[in-house]
Amino acid sequence: MTLLLFDLVLIATLLTLAVAALTSVEPRRAVMLFIAFGLWLALVWARLGAPDVALAEAAIGAGLGGALMLAAARRAARRRQRTGGEG
Amino acid sequence: MNGPARLLVALLAAALGGLLLWVLATALAARPEPALAEAAFAALPLTGVGNPVTAVLLDYRAYDTLLELAVLLAALLGIWSLGPPAPAYQRAGSALRAMVAWVVPLLILTGGYLLWAGGQVPGGAFQGGALLGAAGVVLRLAGDPRAGLPGESLQRLLAVLGVGAFLLVGLTVLAFGRDLLDYPTDWSKWLILAIEGAATLAIGATLAAAYVGGRPPGEGR
Repeated sequence: MTLLLFDLVLIATLLTLAVAALTSVEPRRAVMLFIAFGLWLALVWARLGAPDVALAEAAIGAGLGGALMLAAARRAARRRQRTGGEG
Repeated sequence: MNGPARLLVALLAAALGGLLLWVLATALAARPEPALAEAAFAALPLTGVGNPVTAVLLDYRAYDTLLELAVLLAALLGIWSLGPPAPAYQRAGSALRAMVAWVVPLLILTGGYLLWAGGQVPGGAFQGGALLGAAGVVLRLAGDPRAGLPGESLQRLLAVLGVGAFLLVGLTVLAFGRDLLDYPTDWSKWLILAIEGAATLAIGATLAAAYVGGRPPGEGR
Protein backbone atom coordinates (compact mmCIF):
# COMPACT_ATOMS: atom_id res chain seq x y z
CA MET A 1 0.00 0.00 0.00
CA THR A 2 2.76 2.43 0.98
CA LEU A 3 4.71 1.37 -2.10
CA LEU A 4 1.70 1.99 -4.32
CA LEU A 5 1.32 5.45 -2.80
CA PHE A 6 5.03 6.08 -3.38
CA ASP A 7 4.71 5.03 -7.03
CA LEU A 8 1.67 7.24 -7.53
CA VAL A 9 3.54 10.23 -6.11
CA LEU A 10 6.49 9.42 -8.40
CA ILE A 11 4.31 9.26 -11.51
CA ALA A 12 2.20 12.30 -10.65
CA THR A 13 5.27 14.46 -10.02
CA LEU A 14 6.94 13.21 -13.20
CA LEU A 15 3.90 14.06 -15.32
CA THR A 16 3.49 17.45 -13.65
CA LEU A 17 7.14 18.32 -14.29
CA ALA A 18 6.83 17.18 -17.92
CA VAL A 19 3.71 19.31 -18.56
CA ALA A 20 5.27 22.29 -16.75
CA ALA A 21 8.44 22.02 -18.85
CA LEU A 22 6.45 21.74 -22.10
CA THR A 23 4.06 24.60 -21.40
CA SER A 24 6.63 27.02 -20.00
CA VAL A 25 7.02 30.04 -22.31
CA GLU A 26 10.40 31.23 -21.08
CA PRO A 27 13.23 28.97 -22.39
CA ARG A 28 15.37 29.28 -19.25
CA ARG A 29 12.52 28.24 -17.02
CA ALA A 30 11.66 25.35 -19.36
CA VAL A 31 15.25 24.07 -19.24
CA MET A 32 15.32 24.21 -15.43
CA LEU A 33 12.05 22.28 -15.27
CA PHE A 34 13.51 19.81 -17.78
CA ILE A 35 16.54 19.26 -15.53
CA ALA A 36 14.23 18.64 -12.56
CA PHE A 37 12.24 16.27 -14.79
CA GLY A 38 15.44 14.38 -15.73
CA LEU A 39 16.52 13.98 -12.11
CA TRP A 40 13.04 12.79 -11.15
CA LEU A 41 13.06 10.37 -14.09
CA ALA A 42 16.35 8.97 -12.75
CA LEU A 43 14.52 8.23 -9.48
CA VAL A 44 11.80 6.46 -11.46
CA TRP A 45 14.38 4.33 -13.31
CA ALA A 46 15.98 3.41 -9.98
CA ARG A 47 12.55 2.43 -8.64
CA LEU A 48 12.06 0.26 -11.75
CA GLY A 49 15.27 -1.59 -10.87
CA ALA A 50 17.37 -0.14 -13.70
CA PRO A 51 20.31 1.58 -11.94
CA ASP A 52 22.36 1.72 -15.16
CA VAL A 53 19.68 3.73 -16.93
CA ALA A 54 19.16 5.87 -13.81
CA LEU A 55 22.87 6.78 -13.73
CA ALA A 56 22.90 7.59 -17.44
CA GLU A 57 19.71 9.64 -17.18
CA ALA A 58 21.00 11.70 -14.24
CA ALA A 59 24.46 12.25 -15.75
CA ILE A 60 23.63 12.74 -19.43
CA GLY A 61 19.91 13.55 -19.61
CA ALA A 62 19.68 15.94 -16.68
CA GLY A 63 23.29 17.04 -16.13
CA LEU A 64 24.99 17.52 -19.49
CA GLY A 65 21.80 17.86 -21.52
CA GLY A 66 20.65 20.52 -19.11
CA ALA A 67 23.98 22.37 -19.27
CA LEU A 68 23.89 22.31 -23.09
CA MET A 69 20.30 23.54 -23.21
CA LEU A 70 20.98 26.31 -20.67
CA ALA A 71 23.85 27.51 -22.86
CA ALA A 72 21.57 27.34 -25.93
CA ALA A 73 18.82 29.28 -24.13
CA ARG A 74 21.37 31.94 -23.16
CA ARG A 75 22.54 32.28 -26.77
CA ALA A 76 18.96 32.40 -28.06
CA ALA A 77 18.06 35.13 -25.55
CA ARG A 78 21.12 37.15 -26.55
CA ARG A 79 20.26 36.81 -30.25
CA ARG A 80 16.67 37.89 -29.59
CA GLN A 81 17.92 40.97 -27.78
CA ARG A 82 20.17 41.87 -30.72
CA THR A 83 17.50 41.46 -33.39
CA GLY A 84 14.82 43.16 -31.31
CA GLY A 85 12.32 40.41 -30.50
CA GLU A 86 12.52 38.49 -33.78
CA GLY A 87 13.78 34.91 -34.14
CA MET B 1 -2.61 28.87 -36.38
CA ASN B 2 -6.36 29.58 -36.13
CA GLY B 3 -9.00 27.77 -34.07
CA PRO B 4 -10.18 24.86 -36.25
CA ALA B 5 -6.65 23.93 -37.37
CA ARG B 6 -5.52 23.91 -33.73
CA LEU B 7 -8.44 21.65 -32.81
CA LEU B 8 -7.59 19.31 -35.68
CA VAL B 9 -3.94 19.08 -34.58
CA ALA B 10 -5.02 18.40 -30.99
CA LEU B 11 -7.39 15.66 -32.16
CA LEU B 12 -4.70 14.06 -34.35
CA ALA B 13 -2.18 14.22 -31.49
CA ALA B 14 -4.69 12.62 -29.12
CA ALA B 15 -5.37 9.86 -31.67
CA LEU B 16 -1.64 9.26 -32.10
CA GLY B 17 -1.21 9.15 -28.32
CA GLY B 18 -4.01 6.60 -28.04
CA LEU B 19 -2.49 4.48 -30.80
CA LEU B 20 0.93 4.54 -29.11
CA LEU B 21 -0.64 3.57 -25.77
CA TRP B 22 -2.42 0.67 -27.46
CA VAL B 23 0.81 -0.51 -29.14
CA LEU B 24 2.64 -0.30 -25.79
CA ALA B 25 -0.13 -2.22 -24.03
CA THR B 26 -0.08 -5.04 -26.60
CA ALA B 27 3.73 -5.16 -26.55
CA LEU B 28 3.72 -5.37 -22.76
CA ALA B 29 1.05 -8.09 -22.83
CA ALA B 30 3.27 -10.29 -25.02
CA ARG B 31 6.50 -9.34 -23.27
CA PRO B 32 9.52 -11.32 -24.40
CA GLU B 33 11.80 -9.91 -21.65
CA PRO B 34 12.00 -12.95 -19.36
CA ALA B 35 13.31 -15.13 -22.20
CA LEU B 36 15.73 -12.40 -23.30
CA ALA B 37 16.93 -11.81 -19.74
CA GLU B 38 17.53 -15.53 -19.26
CA ALA B 39 19.53 -15.71 -22.50
CA ALA B 40 21.55 -12.65 -21.46
CA PHE B 41 22.39 -14.18 -18.08
CA ALA B 42 23.14 -17.61 -19.57
CA ALA B 43 25.81 -16.25 -21.94
CA LEU B 44 27.35 -13.97 -19.30
CA PRO B 45 30.34 -16.27 -18.51
CA LEU B 46 31.36 -16.13 -22.18
CA THR B 47 31.74 -12.35 -22.09
CA GLY B 48 34.11 -12.05 -19.12
CA VAL B 49 32.05 -9.28 -17.51
CA GLY B 50 29.65 -9.67 -14.58
CA ASN B 51 27.20 -6.88 -15.37
CA PRO B 52 24.53 -8.06 -17.85
CA VAL B 53 23.92 -4.47 -19.03
CA THR B 54 27.58 -4.08 -19.98
CA ALA B 55 27.47 -7.48 -21.68
CA VAL B 56 24.49 -6.38 -23.78
CA LEU B 57 26.01 -2.99 -24.66
CA LEU B 58 29.56 -4.09 -25.40
CA ASP B 59 29.17 -7.70 -26.53
CA TYR B 60 25.74 -8.94 -27.62
CA ARG B 61 24.75 -5.65 -29.22
CA ALA B 62 28.18 -4.08 -29.64
CA TYR B 63 27.25 -2.90 -33.14
CA ASP B 64 24.53 -0.64 -31.68
CA THR B 65 26.99 0.92 -29.26
CA LEU B 66 29.49 1.48 -32.07
CA LEU B 67 26.82 3.34 -34.01
CA GLU B 68 25.89 5.36 -30.90
CA LEU B 69 29.48 6.53 -30.63
CA ALA B 70 29.38 7.41 -34.34
CA VAL B 71 26.23 9.49 -33.67
CA LEU B 72 28.08 11.39 -30.93
CA LEU B 73 30.97 12.00 -33.32
CA ALA B 74 28.60 13.25 -36.02
CA ALA B 75 26.95 15.60 -33.51
CA LEU B 76 30.32 17.04 -32.55
CA LEU B 77 31.24 17.53 -36.23
CA GLY B 78 27.97 19.42 -36.65
CA ILE B 79 28.75 21.65 -33.67
CA TRP B 80 32.28 22.31 -34.90
CA SER B 81 30.92 23.31 -38.30
CA LEU B 82 28.93 26.15 -36.67
CA GLY B 83 32.01 28.33 -36.39
CA PRO B 84 33.97 29.71 -33.45
CA PRO B 85 32.59 29.24 -29.92
CA ALA B 86 30.97 31.92 -27.78
CA PRO B 87 33.44 33.94 -25.71
CA ALA B 88 34.49 32.29 -22.46
CA TYR B 89 33.04 33.21 -19.10
CA GLN B 90 35.07 35.56 -16.97
CA ARG B 91 37.62 34.01 -14.68
CA ALA B 92 36.06 32.68 -11.50
CA GLY B 93 36.57 34.22 -8.07
CA SER B 94 38.82 32.57 -5.52
CA ALA B 95 36.02 30.65 -3.72
CA LEU B 96 34.72 29.04 -6.92
CA ARG B 97 38.27 28.36 -8.09
CA ALA B 98 39.06 26.54 -4.85
CA MET B 99 35.91 24.45 -5.26
CA VAL B 100 36.77 23.65 -8.88
CA ALA B 101 40.23 22.50 -7.77
CA TRP B 102 38.46 19.93 -5.59
CA VAL B 103 35.52 18.97 -7.79
CA VAL B 104 37.35 18.34 -11.07
CA PRO B 105 39.78 15.70 -9.73
CA LEU B 106 36.89 14.06 -7.85
CA LEU B 107 34.82 13.92 -11.06
CA ILE B 108 37.73 12.38 -12.97
CA LEU B 109 38.29 9.83 -10.19
CA THR B 110 34.59 8.93 -10.04
CA GLY B 111 34.47 8.64 -13.83
CA GLY B 112 37.37 6.19 -13.75
CA TYR B 113 35.69 4.24 -10.97
CA LEU B 114 32.41 4.03 -12.90
CA LEU B 115 34.30 2.76 -15.95
CA TRP B 116 36.08 0.04 -13.96
CA ALA B 117 33.03 -0.88 -11.87
CA GLY B 118 30.87 -1.13 -15.01
CA GLY B 119 32.25 -4.61 -15.61
CA GLN B 120 30.55 -5.99 -12.49
CA VAL B 121 27.97 -3.51 -11.15
CA PRO B 122 25.96 -0.65 -12.69
CA GLY B 123 28.23 1.87 -14.38
CA GLY B 124 30.13 1.93 -17.64
CA ALA B 125 31.57 4.03 -20.42
CA PHE B 126 28.65 6.40 -20.97
CA GLN B 127 28.24 7.23 -17.28
CA GLY B 128 31.99 7.61 -16.73
CA GLY B 129 32.33 9.69 -19.91
CA ALA B 130 29.46 11.91 -18.80
CA LEU B 131 31.32 12.65 -15.56
CA LEU B 132 34.47 13.55 -17.51
CA GLY B 133 32.32 15.81 -19.69
CA ALA B 134 30.86 17.36 -16.53
CA ALA B 135 34.40 18.11 -15.34
CA GLY B 136 34.93 19.97 -18.63
CA VAL B 137 31.68 21.92 -18.13
CA VAL B 138 32.76 22.94 -14.61
CA LEU B 139 36.15 24.08 -15.92
CA ARG B 140 34.50 26.11 -18.69
CA LEU B 141 32.10 27.73 -16.22
CA ALA B 142 35.09 28.67 -14.07
CA GLY B 143 36.61 30.58 -16.99
CA ASP B 144 38.75 28.09 -18.92
CA PRO B 145 37.91 28.90 -22.58
CA ARG B 146 38.81 25.36 -23.73
CA ALA B 147 37.01 23.48 -20.91
CA GLY B 148 40.22 21.68 -19.99
CA LEU B 149 40.54 20.12 -23.44
CA PRO B 150 43.88 19.90 -25.27
CA GLY B 151 44.72 21.62 -28.57
CA GLU B 152 42.77 21.11 -31.77
CA SER B 153 44.63 18.17 -33.28
CA LEU B 154 44.55 16.24 -29.98
CA GLN B 155 40.88 17.04 -29.61
CA ARG B 156 40.18 15.54 -33.04
CA LEU B 157 42.08 12.44 -32.01
CA LEU B 158 40.09 12.16 -28.76
CA ALA B 159 36.81 12.62 -30.62
CA VAL B 160 37.42 9.64 -32.92
CA LEU B 161 39.05 7.50 -30.21
CA GLY B 162 35.86 5.62 -29.26
CA VAL B 163 34.79 4.71 -32.79
CA GLY B 164 38.44 4.06 -33.67
CA ALA B 165 39.08 1.60 -30.83
CA PHE B 166 35.80 -0.16 -31.54
CA LEU B 167 36.59 -0.54 -35.25
CA LEU B 168 40.19 -1.53 -34.58
CA VAL B 169 39.12 -4.36 -32.24
CA GLY B 170 36.27 -5.37 -34.54
CA LEU B 171 38.44 -5.52 -37.65
CA THR B 172 41.29 -7.28 -35.83
CA VAL B 173 38.87 -9.98 -34.68
CA LEU B 174 37.57 -10.14 -38.24
CA ALA B 175 41.12 -10.70 -39.51
CA PHE B 176 41.42 -13.74 -37.24
CA GLY B 177 38.46 -15.38 -38.92
CA ARG B 178 35.70 -14.49 -36.46
CA ASP B 179 32.68 -12.27 -37.03
CA LEU B 180 32.89 -8.50 -36.59
CA LEU B 181 33.05 -7.72 -32.83
CA ASP B 182 32.79 -11.41 -31.88
CA TYR B 183 35.55 -11.41 -29.25
CA PRO B 184 37.44 -14.59 -28.31
CA THR B 185 36.29 -15.65 -24.82
CA ASP B 186 39.72 -15.54 -23.14
CA TRP B 187 40.36 -11.97 -24.28
CA SER B 188 36.82 -10.74 -24.02
CA LYS B 189 37.07 -8.94 -20.68
CA TRP B 190 40.20 -7.00 -21.63
CA LEU B 191 38.98 -6.13 -25.11
CA ILE B 192 35.72 -4.82 -23.63
CA LEU B 193 37.67 -2.83 -21.02
CA ALA B 194 39.95 -1.36 -23.69
CA ILE B 195 36.99 -0.34 -25.85
CA GLU B 196 35.17 1.10 -22.84
CA GLY B 197 38.26 3.02 -21.74
CA ALA B 198 38.69 4.59 -25.17
CA ALA B 199 34.94 5.26 -25.37
CA THR B 200 34.95 6.95 -21.95
CA LEU B 201 37.70 9.37 -23.03
CA ALA B 202 35.96 10.01 -26.35
CA ILE B 203 32.56 10.61 -24.75
CA GLY B 204 34.03 12.91 -22.12
CA ALA B 205 35.95 14.95 -24.71
CA THR B 206 32.95 15.05 -27.07
CA LEU B 207 30.53 16.27 -24.39
CA ALA B 208 32.95 18.90 -23.08
CA ALA B 209 33.67 20.09 -26.65
CA ALA B 210 29.92 20.21 -27.33
CA TYR B 211 29.52 22.46 -24.30
CA VAL B 212 32.24 24.79 -25.61
CA GLY B 213 30.00 24.89 -28.67
CA GLY B 214 32.27 25.77 -31.57
CA ARG B 215 35.43 24.96 -33.47
CA PRO B 216 38.39 24.71 -31.12
CA PRO B 217 40.64 27.76 -31.48
CA GLY B 218 43.56 26.11 -33.18
CA GLU B 219 46.34 26.13 -35.65
CA GLY B 220 46.08 26.10 -39.43
CA ARG B 221 43.53 28.83 -40.14
